Formats: sequence, C-alpha cells, structure tokens
Amino acid sequence: MIYFDNSATTKVAPQVLETYRTVSDKIWGNPSSLHALGETADNLLEQSRRQIAQLLGCQPHEIFFTSGGTEGDNWVIKGTAFAKREFGKHIITSSIEHPAVLNSMAQLEKLGFDVTYLPVDQNGRVQAKDVKEALRPDTILVSVMAINNEVGSIQPLAEIGEILRSHPNVHFHVDAVQGIGKGIGELLKNERIDFLTFSGHKFHAPRGIGFIYKKTGRMIEPLMAGGGQEKNQRSGTENLPAIAGMAKALRLLLENETENVQKERAIKQKIYDHVANLENVTVFSTVDEFSSPHILCFTIDGVRGETIVHAFEQEDIYISTTSACSSKKGTVSGTLNAMHVPEKIATSAVRVSLDENNTLAEATTFNQAFDKIYARFEEVFAK
Amino acid sequence: MQYTEITVRYGELSTKGKNRRSFIDRLGTNTRNALASFDKLEIKAHRDRMHIRLNGEDYHEVVKLVKKIFGIQNFSPAIKVGRDVEEVKRTAIEIFNEIATDGMTFKINTRRSDHNFEYDTNQLNDILGGTILDNFPQVKVQMKQPDITLRVEVRSDGIYLSYEQIPGAGGLPVGTAGKGLLMLSGGIDSPVAGYLALKRGVDLEMVHFYSPPYTSEQALNKAKELTAKLAPYVGKIRFIQVPFAEIQETVKKDVPAGYLMTIQRRFMLRLCEKIAEQRHALAIFNGESLGQVASQTMESMAAINDVTSMPILRPVVSMDKNDIIKVAEEIDTFNLSIKPYEDCCTVFAPTAPKTKPRIDRSREYESKLDVDGLIERSLAGIKITEITSADHFLNAQEESFAELL
Repeated sequence: MIYFDNSATTKVAPQVLETYRTVSDKIWGNPSSLHALGETADNLLEQSRRQIAQLLGCQPHEIFFTSGGTEGDNWVIKGTAFAKREFGKHIITSSIEHPAVLNSMAQLEKLGFDVTYLPVDQNGRVQAKDVKEALRPDTILVSVMAINNEVGSIQPLAEIGEILRSHPNVHFHVDAVQGIGKGIGELLKNERIDFLTFSGHKFHAPRGIGFIYKKTGRMIEPLMAGGGQEKNQRSGTENLPAIAGMAKALRLLLENETENVQKERAIKQKIYDHVANLENVTVFSTVDEFSSPHILCFTIDGVRGETIVHAFEQEDIYISTTSACSSKKGTVSGTLNAMHVPEKIATSAVRVSLDENNTLAEATTFNQAFDKIYARFEEVFAK
Repeated sequence: MQYTEITVRYGELSTKGKNRRSFIDRLGTNTRNALASFDKLEIKAHRDRMHIRLNGEDYHEVVKLVKKIFGIQNFSPAIKVGRDVEEVKRTAIEIFNEIATDGMTFKINTRRSDHNFEYDTNQLNDILGGTILDNFPQVKVQMKQPDITLRVEVRSDGIYLSYEQIPGAGGLPVGTAGKGLLMLSGGIDSPVAGYLALKRGVDLEMVHFYSPPYTSEQALNKAKELTAKLAPYVGKIRFIQVPFAEIQETVKKDVPAGYLMTIQRRFMLRLCEKIAEQRHALAIFNGESLGQVASQTMESMAAINDVTSMPILRPVVSMDKNDIIKVAEEIDTFNLSIKPYEDCCTVFAPTAPKTKPRIDRSREYESKLDVDGLIERSLAGIKITEITSADHFLNAQEESFAELL
C-alpha cells in the first residue's frame, strides 16, 4: 500500500501511540485535581506545553491546546471578532482558505462583519499588495494560511507581515495546519504573526488534538466557556494523552525537518517530471520555493477526480481529490476556482500529498501505475 | 579562546581588618562547596585574591555558579600561557581578534609577582602595546579610562592574560555574620528576605510551618523548592518543617476571630525562638514588609514581637512590593512563589483581622490556652532535611516524562 494522502491525515506514529497508551493507563488524573495524580497530570501537561513552545521558539504561555485545526481557526477568527468589534468589523482573508476559515467568515458576515476575500494568482498565491489595498481603518484581522491544502502554494507571509507592521492593532492570523514541518519554520517565526493554528493529526499525533500560538499581549474572546482550563481561555478537561503524544510527534517531526523536506521534495519532483509534460495533464502545483514540498495537484483532463482516485486505489495507491473535506461533496475545489481554473478542468483535479515516511521507490511505483491509468483513459476517452 | 583560570577579587573583605583571614577562609570554603560538582577545579584563596584553575572544566558552567557566591566583588577569566614573550604576543593578538572594534582604546597593564622574568613591567607593556598597534590599526592607546585594559600577570608558573572584569554578587561570604533562622512561608517576600540575609553573610536555616490536611504536600514542596533556589548562594541549606495544625485548630476554637492571626504569629515566633536556641541561631529573619497586610502594621508587629526578646530582622521591611518582586524575579523565586497552593497563613486567615491588635488582649486570650503543651508537641514533630540546588520537589517527575515526550 502506498499512502499519498497525508494532507488529509497522517498515520499515528508508533512512539506517539505508545505515549498515548501509557498516559491513558498511568497518568489519567485530571490536571485540575488537587491530589497527587492530578498534580502529576498537570506537570506532564505543562512539560508538554514547554516542549512545544521550545520547538517553536516561543513562550509556553503562548501555547493553548485545542481540539484541532478547525477549532483553532474558529477560535482565532471569531475570538478576534468578538474581542475587537468595538474597534471595527472588517476582516481580510484569502479566497483559498480552508473551510474552517471561510465558513467562520460566513458566520461573521451574518452577524454584520464585512469580509474581504483576496484573489490569488494562477499559482494559488495571494499578492501582498492586495492586502495593503484591502486594509481599512476598521480592519481588525488578516487571516491568511501558510500553505494551501489543495495545491500547496506557500503564501507571502513575510511580505504581508511587513505591510502589517504599520498596522499594529490588526490581528494577523496564519492557519499553519499544512505548514508545520515543511521547511518554512522561519516564515512561521515572522514576528508580526500574532496567531498560528496547528492540528496534531497532520503530523502523526492522534485526531482531536491541536493547539494555537497566541502572541503575548494579544487578546481574543474564548469560545469554550466552562471550567476555566487553559488560563480561562479554552475550557474543557485537557486531553492529556493526546497532548503528550502531540508534543512527542512535534519533536519527531522537527528533529529531522531538513532531511525530510529534501526527501519529500525529491519525490514530488520525480512525479512532477513524469507527468507534467503529458498532453492530457494539467499541473496546478509548482516545484519551486513558492510551493510546499509535500503537495502536488494535477488532472488527467476529461476524467473526473473521483474516477482517478479509484483507479489508483485499484493499484493500492491512496490519493485524494483536492481536499478530503470537499471530496465527498463532489463540489469543485475552492482553490482551483479562485485560481480561475475552468470548472471542466477543476473537476478532474487530484492531489498527491506526501510525508517523511514516503520513499522515492514509491514514486517509481506511482509513476508506473500512472502510466497504466493514463493509457487506459486515453483509450477510453479518445475522441 | 580557551580560558584556563578565573581570578576572583574580594569585595568589602578588604576593609575587614583582623577578621580578614577568617573571611577569606570562609569564602574559600563557600566557593569550594558551591563548585563541588566540578572535580578538576583547583581553588586557592590568597590574601588579596582567589584563583580558580579550571583544568579543563567548562568555563561557562563554572561562571554561572561563581556569579552567585557572596563576597566576590568581581572576577576575570584569564588565559595562562608559558613564560615566553612570543606566546604572550600571539595570545594578545588572539584576544584582540575577538574584541577589537573601530576607534577602541586600550592599555596594557602588566604585573610581575615573579621578578626573575627576562622583561620588566615597562618593557612588557611596550612590547605588547606595540604588537597590538602593529596588528590592529583601528585601535589606539589611552592610559586614562581606556575601553579595554589587557592585564598581564607574570607568575612563576606562567603568564596570565585577562581583559574582562565581570561583576560578582557582592555582599559578604555566607557564614561570616553568624547563623539565623528564616521564616519561609512560600510567598514572594520571605525568599527575598532570605536572599538579602544571605547576602549580608548570614548562614540561614529555613523554618516552614505546615499543617496537613489544611495545607497540601505541594505547599510543603513549594517551600522546599524555594529553598533549593536559595541553595546555590550557600551550597546547602537546612530545612526545618514544623507541624502547626494542632496550634491552628486550638487557636481557631478558643480565640476571637479578630485575633486569630496575631496569636498564630505569636506561636510561630515562640517556636522559632525555641528552635533558634536548639540550633544556636542568633536572630530570626522574616519577610514582613511594613503595612502590606493587616498582620504587618506596626501595632501588629509589636503585639507579635511581644513573645520574644530575640532580634527579629526584617530585610524587606521598607521595600515596596514592586521592588520586592523585582528581586524575586532576579533570584528566580517569583514564578514559584505565585503558584497557588494554600499555605499555613492563608488557611486560617480571618476575614477581618485586627489591624491594631493590642498586646494586653493577646496575652489575655492566650492565658486560656495550654501554650507550653502546644509548643512542646509541635517541637517534637519537627523534621529537618538538607537541601541543595540540585534537589527538585515540584517537578520531580520531569525525568520520568522524558520518554513520554
């Protein structure tokens, strides 16, 4: 089996599962409990937080645990809107954000907020100058993802950060769910970024766990009211087995980031070189420094994306249509739409997404399977 | 650059006349204790300065601890080379390679404790000054207040070069002022009071009142952890835990609410006095600061102080809270102190304590209590442990978490 759908989710790493199991078995107290079992749990919770902060180069009190990327995006966006509505109701985002962002924006629009959706170029990149033009005195938030989950385009965070330097009151949120461990660490450390969203299951931690980075001094309203966990910012009993597992997964991910990125880039290049020049193939991802090493989005023209996915499945290779979230709904990819890809072509798009466990040998196998599938469809759909 | 030795200069010691020798011996002992974990060090405390030979130990690690030893005015890392003027020149060039900047001024300051060396101090100053000027056109010589003074010391076993003077912790060597007890609660003020007492040379032992089940194991561990934070200034500190629950229960039951605090404090002081006698301590230190809370008004201090004639020293008595916090942050006790565990002061705190308790009333209320019996039973339950900076009480599990994370 070849698993090339890592942007949908990743397999939980065995060492991470081991941590999950041990913590569930041995350190199952509630971190808020006053007795020794609770104290131990609290110590582990805080040590996990310190480890994550250290890996990201920030302060432990800037890390807040959540249930994942969707919650993180919802929280930062709505939390900003609720905290800053006195100061303005204008928000800027891109038209290629994850649905967790876009649908949060849609909810805010219903509440009277005004949202500007920035266009992207043909490679799926926001132009920083568009951010500059969209800024208004009542802008309270700019939310732009780090790496697009459908085509892998890396967004110009440094340039946007530079523009926002002269707008210090605007919150700058970056959805980094696809961006962690993919060689853009420096970009994510941009000092103008106020909030980052992360999701554990994209880097071999279990589902249902994630965290946000919230820069010291930045305020957002909590969405989860309750028992006051996470310094009153995010109530709910802490998911300690998953948190400890995620701290370990992040360490494993970042320990070999440079090597892993090189490897993924080589695999992507190998597949790209194989398919890019074929007559009936359109590739939406680039293979340069503006594109993530782990995502390659392309079509076999005239064949529906689902059909391509199932054809690869018969070869024991798992890929997806553009994103797992939209794949079952049969809707056209939002990103490709924003890139002005005609609907007819966009419905053919599939996504290969890699992680550090994939190999060049798998790319060879993939390419062979691709040739077979390509030839078959060429025959079937020949005019 | 590989430093080979640290030259330590004494602080107020120089003015201490006859006691000088004992002060220096004490500082030597304290330094050896503080640096005990480095096997290869050679420490020699001479009349005018102390030499710490590194013998391959990590300079940065050693310095971290040296900075905390009271009685050290300043110190200089030095490089030892052979008694060969060419070698001295090469090393001087190496040093300037690292520090020379445009327009920087310098002078060479040579001392010879060994007068058999082929060049005298003036000759050496000239030779080395010339070497530097030849190699570094961007710097110039200045005798008065230069940016950099390169000190060269000729001794019988080699020649020592140094250019930095790093401020030490100042104060007096711990132990030279005698022994005292510190009432350590776990709050922000008492560790700061302890630090200041240590700095003036007091050899401190910690007294901590604990009252399970009204206070938790964590509160006790927090006090121990705070002690560990103060230990680097001394090497090790004795921690005396004193059971207090029975006294608190009795006082709560039999004394009017307004006087709960006053009477409890009087008991604490009585206990401290007894412990001080047992342990040959001369004074009791605490973290009281005038007017911060009800128990710290002058009336309150007077009513509490009534039970003993032993000196009660209050190093932070006149400090503003913000200034106390500043010191607490410097000595890294602040974040520990604000951890929210109940301590013995908070549990039995009355909602409306008397801010102006009267001595006569205090005595009157106490007359109904079995003071001697309570004191005796508490003293019988005392536990004493020795705490070093390597000990951890609150995050003791960090090690075992290593494989989980």
